Amino acid sequence: MSKTILAVDDSRTMRDMVAHTLKGAGFEVVSAEDGEEALKLLEQTGKIDLIITDLNMPKVDGFGLIDGVRNSAAHRFVPILMLTTEAGQEQKERGKALGATGWIVKPFNPEKLVQVVNKVCA
Amino acid sequence: MDDMEEFRQVFFTECAELLADMEARLLHLKEGVTDSEALNAIFRCAHSIKGGSGAFGLDHIMRFTHALEALLDKMRDGSLLPTRDSIDILLKSADIVTQMIDTARARGQIADDFGADVLARLKAATDGQTAIPAPKPQPAADAEVVEVGAATQSRYTISFRPHEELFASGNEPLLILRELARLGALEVTADLSRIPVLEELNPAQCFLGWTMELVSEAPIEAVQEVFEFVEDIADIRISQEVVEPAPAEWHQQIEEAQERVLERVADAAVAKAAEKAAEKGAEKTAAATSIRVDLEKVDRLVNMVGELVITEAMLRAQARHLPPEQFGDLMRGVDELSHHTRELQEAVMAVRMQPVKSIFSRMPRIVRDTAAQLGKDIQLVLSGENTEVDKTVIEQLGDPLTHMIRNSVDHGIETPDQRAWNDKPLEGTIHLSAYHRSGRIIIEISDDGAGINRSRVLSKAIEKGLVAPDAQLTDEEIDHLIFLPGFSTAETVTSVSGRGVGMDVVKRNIESLGGHVRVTNNPGKGSVFTVSLPLTLAILDGMIVRVGAENYIIPITSIIESLRPKAQEVHPVQGKSDVINVRGEFVPLVYLHRVFKVAGAEGDPSKALIVLVESGHQKMGLVVDELIGQQQVVIKSLEANADPVKGISGATILGDGKVSLILEINELKSLQPTHVKHPEAA
Repeated sequence: MSKTILAVDDSRTMRDMVAHTLKGAGFEVVSAEDGEEALKLLEQTGKIDLIITDLNMPKVDGFGLIDGVRNSAAHRFVPILMLTTEAGQEQKERGKALGATGWIVKPFNPEKLVQVVNKVCA
Repeated sequence: MDDMEEFRQVFFTECAELLADMEARLLHLKEGVTDSEALNAIFRCAHSIKGGSGAFGLDHIMRFTHALEALLDKMRDGSLLPTRDSIDILLKSADIVTQMIDTARARGQIADDFGADVLARLKAATDGQTAIPAPKPQPAADAEVVEVGAATQSRYTISFRPHEELFASGNEPLLILRELARLGALEVTADLSRIPVLEELNPAQCFLGWTMELVSEAPIEAVQEVFEFVEDIADIRISQEVVEPAPAEWHQQIEEAQERVLERVADAAVAKAAEKAAEKGAEKTAAATSIRVDLEKVDRLVNMVGELVITEAMLRAQARHLPPEQFGDLMRGVDELSHHTRELQEAVMAVRMQPVKSIFSRMPRIVRDTAAQLGKDIQLVLSGENTEVDKTVIEQLGDPLTHMIRNSVDHGIETPDQRAWNDKPLEGTIHLSAYHRSGRIIIEISDDGAGINRSRVLSKAIEKGLVAPDAQLTDEEIDHLIFLPGFSTAETVTSVSGRGVGMDVVKRNIESLGGHVRVTNNPGKGSVFTVSLPLTLAILDGMIVRVGAENYIIPITSIIESLRPKAQEVHPVQGKSDVINVRGEFVPLVYLHRVFKVAGAEGDPSKALIVLVESGHQKMGLVVDELIGQQQVVIKSLEANADPVKGISGATILGDGKVSLILEINELKSLQPTHVKHPEAA
């Protein structure tokens, strides 16, 4: 049974790129353009195996999303990968403190993405 | 453990040779010239030391030689030209490695920062110029990491103890283990000690821990990366240990070493089984199959057993004069004593015996390197490496054997071109074998090369004045001319075998060990060098002979026969010693009473006795009064108490308590006063 991954990013290019790569690697991908939409989607969808989220987004940003997920009853153990930049050390630490599972540094190549996803997604 | 120690010692010895070689070559490097042959040789030295130190867990040495290799590699591929500075650094590095080896050999601790300054200079020299030829500047550190990763395997011991809140971050330990398993062979042990009783167990918390062993080619960074997401929500300790250097030739050597260890273990097992069978009923099983003993202690034992043998012989000599009807029990006791003494002596001598493997195993490298140097293709086949011989013999056999092997590679085996011309397989073969025969060890070096070119040898010997131009020599005699001092057929002095050390030195070394060397020549097909050596230098089978009132001992191994000639068979030769006609062969006579100035001896050979002996390739007849008997004697060196005496190799104490001198056959002939009148001779 294939895993379902939720990709959250306000940039469509990024969303599509993530979706395309992961679909190619055999995952199901759903996407949302911000934290708010992602949280809604989580409520509706039964099972999500991994969330990949950007941090800087309108409405509910990445940190809000992590916080929301970790405090939900149904999804509190879902692994979450943050998309960070090389310079975003502070953001990374903040995300970790909120309960993010790991991170991917942008820009990344498709192999790297699949590799990290495999590392955290059972 | 002991076997490993043996290889360690061999390795250290090899290191010393390699370092000496390396230094000599470094000294010949010229600034600004890429002498790839020399650089390759130096590289090989460093490489060998690195590989060996890796195998023996000498990490300091390995790291240092790795850096050394890096610089040499750049030099030999021409991307970096030798400068005075870099040659200087290389020489200093060789010094550092020498010191490290010495420290390791003495089981000392090498300080972590030992040689750090030189190491830094070494690295600087390596990096300093990498950027120049490289079109895109790449950090040197990266390149090094990649190389280490590709070349070495590490054993990582990993302790992974997640904090209880690990699950809260969505991390899954199982995935981390899976990720590790991807890097190499992983062994996982779970630590369940933190799991509370069921009532207190919170399924959202992590109570498990793991200890893992990973054998992988991956660098430590890759291992650390696996734990990247959990490093602050778990206690992680990773220690790295280099297991094995990867270069192919070291794989092979390590495999060989393992094979040897296995063989030794098997031998030990057999020996142990035999021992067990011997002492039936003995219940205790020995825990260790071997112990290390100081050689001095063994030698003391050998000496004391020697004394015991003498005492026993004295007792027996005394007992012979007692009336047997009264002292039958005593006589039987003495007989028992002799029997046990002999057994004890053999057992003690056996302690000193070692397989020739320790020298044989050095030869493949010598053949490979020498052959490579000469552009020849040669395989070395070893057999009988387990043949045992006294440690002293082994120690002194190394040099002559190395020289003979080099000689076979250099002069024996032809170049591939010549071999092709002669319809031989391009790859030459040298067989090195050892076996026991009639109480001696025989070592044979045979090659399928060109053999000895007799006409060339003969003309060379005549040219050098070693042989009279009109001399009539048999083929065999011509073959043995190569052992004459000052003989060398090599047109040019090569670095391989023409180092001023000729076969004459080999012969002398072997004869000083009580052995002899012969060559069997098959022109066009190859030659066989046969070295025969006594198994031990401490005891000797001797024939006791009487000359006047003195007793002398002739080593049994050099005796051919003894005879009493008819007067007409003895012929005086003007200006030379007398000769005796033995079945058509004329053999020079040596009058022992003249050599040693003994009074009261029989001077007429036809009334005395002649012991026909052979030394090297020469026969002679020793004129003695009487043969007393054969006896195994313990050799006592004279040189501890007296200056070396020509014609005498040592002394021993006989059963009657009298000291008797052991004859050195090789030297006797030159001691014979020539051109003397023989009024006694018929």
